Amino acid sequence: MQNFEYANPTTLNDALGLLGSAWGEADVLAGGTDLLSLMKEYIHSPKRVVNIKNIKELGGISKVGSGLRIGATVTLDELSSNAMVKQMYPSLAQAAMEVSSPQLRNMGTVGGDLCQRPRCWYFRGGSGLLGQDESGKSLVATGENKYHAIFGSGPAWFVSASSFGPALIALGAKVTLQSASGKREIPVSEFFVSPKSNGEREIALKPNEILTQIVIPAAGKNANYEVRHREAVDWPLTAAAVNLTMAGNVVKSATVVMGHVAATPWRASQAEQMLTGKTINVELADKAGEAAVANATPLSGNSYKVQLAKVAVKRAILRAAGIAI
Amino acid sequence: MPEYSWPPMNKRAVMGKSFDRLDGPQKASGRAKYSSDLNKPGQLFGVFLHSPHAHAKVKSIDISAAKAMEGVTAVRIIAGPGAELQWAGAEVAIVSAVREEIAKDAIRAIKVDYEILPHVVQEQDLSKVGSRAKAAGEQVTGDPDKAFKEAAAVIDGQYGCPVITHCCLEPHGNVVQWTGGTVNLWPSTQAVSSIGGDLAKQLEIPATDVKVQMDHVGGGFGSKFPSDRWGSEGAKLSKESGGRPVKVYLDRSNELTIGGVRPSAFAKIKVGANADGKIIAWQSESWASGGVGGGGMPPIPYVMTKIENFRLNHTAVSLNAGPARAWRAPNHPQASFLTCSALEDLAAKLNMDPWDLFHKNVEMSARPEVYRKQLVKAAELMDWKKKWHPRGAETGNIRRGVGLGMATWGGAGHASKCKVSINADGTIEVEIGSQDIGTGTRTCITQVAAETFGLPMSAVRVKLGDNAFPASGPSGGSTTIGGVSSSTRKAAVNALEKLFERVSPGLGVPADQLEAVDNKIQQKGNPAKGLTWKQACQKLGVDRISEMGENVPAQAAKEGLNTLGAAGIQMAEVEVDVETGIVRMRKMVAVQDCGLVVNPKTAASQVYGACIMSICSGLMEERVMDRVTGHVLNDDMEFYKLAGMGDIGEIVVHMDITPENDKRGIIGLGEPCAIGGLAAIANAAANALGVRVPMVPLTPDRVLAALSSDRRNA
Ligand SMILES: Cc1cc2nc3c(=O)[nH]c(=O)nc-3n(C[C@H](O)[C@H](O)[C@H](O)COP(=O)(O)OP(=O)(O)OC[C@H]3O[C@@H](n4cnc5c(N)ncnc54)[C@H](O)[C@@H]3O)c2cc1C
Repeated sequence: MQNFEYANPTTLNDALGLLGSAWGEADVLAGGTDLLSLMKEYIHSPKRVVNIKNIKELGGISKVGSGLRIGATVTLDELSSNAMVKQMYPSLAQAAMEVSSPQLRNMGTVGGDLCQRPRCWYFRGGSGLLGQDESGKSLVATGENKYHAIFGSGPAWFVSASSFGPALIALGAKVTLQSASGKREIPVSEFFVSPKSNGEREIALKPNEILTQIVIPAAGKNANYEVRHREAVDWPLTAAAVNLTMAGNVVKSATVVMGHVAATPWRASQAEQMLTGKTINVELADKAGEAAVANATPLSGNSYKVQLAKVAVKRAILRAAGIAI
Repeated sequence: MPEYSWPPMNKRAVMGKSFDRLDGPQKASGRAKYSSDLNKPGQLFGVFLHSPHAHAKVKSIDISAAKAMEGVTAVRIIAGPGAELQWAGAEVAIVSAVREEIAKDAIRAIKVDYEILPHVVQEQDLSKVGSRAKAAGEQVTGDPDKAFKEAAAVIDGQYGCPVITHCCLEPHGNVVQWTGGTVNLWPSTQAVSSIGGDLAKQLEIPATDVKVQMDHVGGGFGSKFPSDRWGSEGAKLSKESGGRPVKVYLDRSNELTIGGVRPSAFAKIKVGANADGKIIAWQSESWASGGVGGGGMPPIPYVMTKIENFRLNHTAVSLNAGPARAWRAPNHPQASFLTCSALEDLAAKLNMDPWDLFHKNVEMSARPEVYRKQLVKAAELMDWKKKWHPRGAETGNIRRGVGLGMATWGGAGHASKCKVSINADGTIEVEIGSQDIGTGTRTCITQVAAETFGLPMSAVRVKLGDNAFPASGPSGGSTTIGGVSSSTRKAAVNALEKLFERVSPGLGVPADQLEAVDNKIQQKGNPAKGLTWKQACQKLGVDRISEMGENVPAQAAKEGLNTLGAAGIQMAEVEVDVETGIVRMRKMVAVQDCGLVVNPKTAASQVYGACIMSICSGLMEERVMDRVTGHVLNDDMEFYKLAGMGDIGEIVVHMDITPENDKRGIIGLGEPCAIGGLAAIANAAANALGVRVPMVPLTPDRVLAALSSDRRNA
């Protein structure tokens, strides 16, 4: 691990002043559950590490209007055990609980979860964000890709790692990104991007910005479902988050977002249309699942994930509607 | 000749009783120090530079920049110009530095120019390995072609299990110091008595100059016998760094890449039976790989070795991947999986309950009676007859099924020497150059000594993990419990005889009429005529009695202290979600043949652990090699998946502790219980799904693929 300077600011302004203008100058440290591995593996070698856990204003969960504000350094454990979150956004609480390691839940933060780097084994093995050989050929496409993307047109074939991404997009949440020169608020759906080159990031965050908070509006019936190989700590093979605005028994509008199927969370608009104006039952949920994956383009070794994405969508819909899976 | 045989089963006060591991609290609280926990004064850190290529030749290597770095004390080239590297991860150079981070930075400063050579790292598809395949000669017995023609039912199947690793909690490595004429080695080893000599050979120094010490080892499973590069190169770094101790431990990524593997095993198998299910013909074309050296044929057909007509072909496949090391019951889990899977398919073809098919065909095993009894017991514990259903009977989204697997193993005690001393204060000291690899060896030795002296466990102190103690064999082949128990028993009996001789005149009872029971030495059967143990030992004055004992494998069977032969039946019940292909364990049953069991609790723990390892390899565990880069892709504990608590289900262990088994003497248990589970799980899934998933682990992709090919065929 390269030597680095460690900064421990207590105000947001101080922290923002310590960030760099290009990646590689400074890294924000929250729970460190991802950053430490990245540094030990020489994937990140920042000159300065800026701890943000001692900045009070980045913490806390509070009501804003009919929704909630969640501070960036709220831990996964705080999130999953918060009564308001559980009541208003079960999809989020479920997503946090599914990170099935108490250690990770105690240390990891919501901001860190959204900003964590992909787990693609080529990226983590040192072949760059897009996982390419020296000639620029995709190692993912020609090599082992059973945990990779089944949607998208490349060149990024990793899957977005955050379980909160799909849930927050389905809930219509926004994130605040702040730099020394000001702040911007963007929908979470625009926070995740599919990079076109190794120099880019998979999130809209700039090197001089800190993700300070997430604001979630009032939601409909919402739920999350993850297909996991193991009960023990594991990554989802596929996931889906659903938010249903109901008029009595009928779906007025629906948002369905799949996770771990593409370089960004993946909106399933066909499934949403299929649900709109209808009453949820098992058959409809199954059809919506099918519609969600109709345009999937799996790689050489991951066509099974198409079925798993379909099941995740189906089960998330049923769970949101309160129907036994 | 003193009488060494075990006291009768119903007379034992300490042996045969369940004791908690003596080092359990130390280990659970973190007070136990493994060699990887050691931080010696002035200690340096050694880190290897590993080959980034799966197959390459070193053209040139430049270590000058690394050498010049501040904090670096020595740099050594392992693979110089011209050296051929056969797998990614192979050691190229090693650096020692005052901090681990500096050593890691330093290896990145070494410049190596490689000539890249073609590599092959995958063997599942034999048609794609080209010249890497080396066929062994064909073996034929009887007339298999004729028998297949006459058979009422024949199945043709293909089965496979991939390479897996040992996943020791404590990775491979050691702390080592070479100063003056002495090398001090603090290893993580299964072979305390022999690793020093091994290292001495590599360093070209006398074996007596290597001192080995190790209190605990965090798992070995067969992968930690020899002295490795971390020993010899670590010692040389130490010497070159003025004799400072050097710690060299593989990190998890290197551990999973070069720390040793269990070879894969694949086979196309054809089996034929007559109408009532008797197997009359077997034919297999198997292939396997454990690295560049290829991989031998697992012992198939397994257990039912007396099939009359068979034809065996095997191909070893040489891969550019980290090499094989013995893995808990080498080649047996693979053989059991291949054989029992084929037999379960055969039963399905015959519309037979596989339990009946196995029950009938164990006639062709070495121990039919034992297997029959075990099949009955296991079926009772699993409620097999109620749970088993013909294939295809389950039709919902969640389907259950049961399956079984078989095991056989040796497990006779290894050569072992032991010294037992009786101190004047009445305490007992046992010194033995053995190791407790987590199996409870310390605890069991204590029990044997306490039993022999008629004392409580607390009177005995066992010292092991040091090559200054009498030499005892490596812990492999399930040979430790038989070896160390027998040598301890003999040394203890010898010491006790000496004590009897001391107290005999005073008591007026001939030495051979004395016994040690209940903290006393007394005339046999006459508590009135005796001394307390304390009083007896006080007679030693400033003296102490020290006697040796030895287990000599060739004589052991005659003495009756230990022997070999352990059969086992394991059953599994699984539940499969056919929408996701996820398989979950419901229950496992392990019926384990055994001899005299020293400690039923630590023995059962072996079986529990073995069942869990079978669950790992059955459901999730595999090494993923990248055909493009030749790298191990899942060189971490995220994607090299092992089971956690929630993945295990219920495990029922039945140790067959009976007077007739007890009479056989001690038989090792570590390995036989690690064999049948894999087959049981694979067969349970076939029963649940109504279709065979040809390859384990039963990952969602494989399960879904098997289901959809079944649908296409229907
Ligand atoms: C075995 C394993 C399984 C896991 N399973 C899951 C899972 O199923 N689902 C899931 O979602 N996650 C999973 N995780 C990931 C885990 O949730 C994340 O590591 C954690 O949430 C990251 O939070 P942190 O605070 O520790 O981030 P850190 O490690 O501190 O930071 C991670 C990255 O985000 C940046 N960063 C952090 N906070 C901010 C901020 N406020 N503003 C700007 N940049 C910031 C850092 O600079 C760094 O690049 C798993 C991790 C492991 C190791």
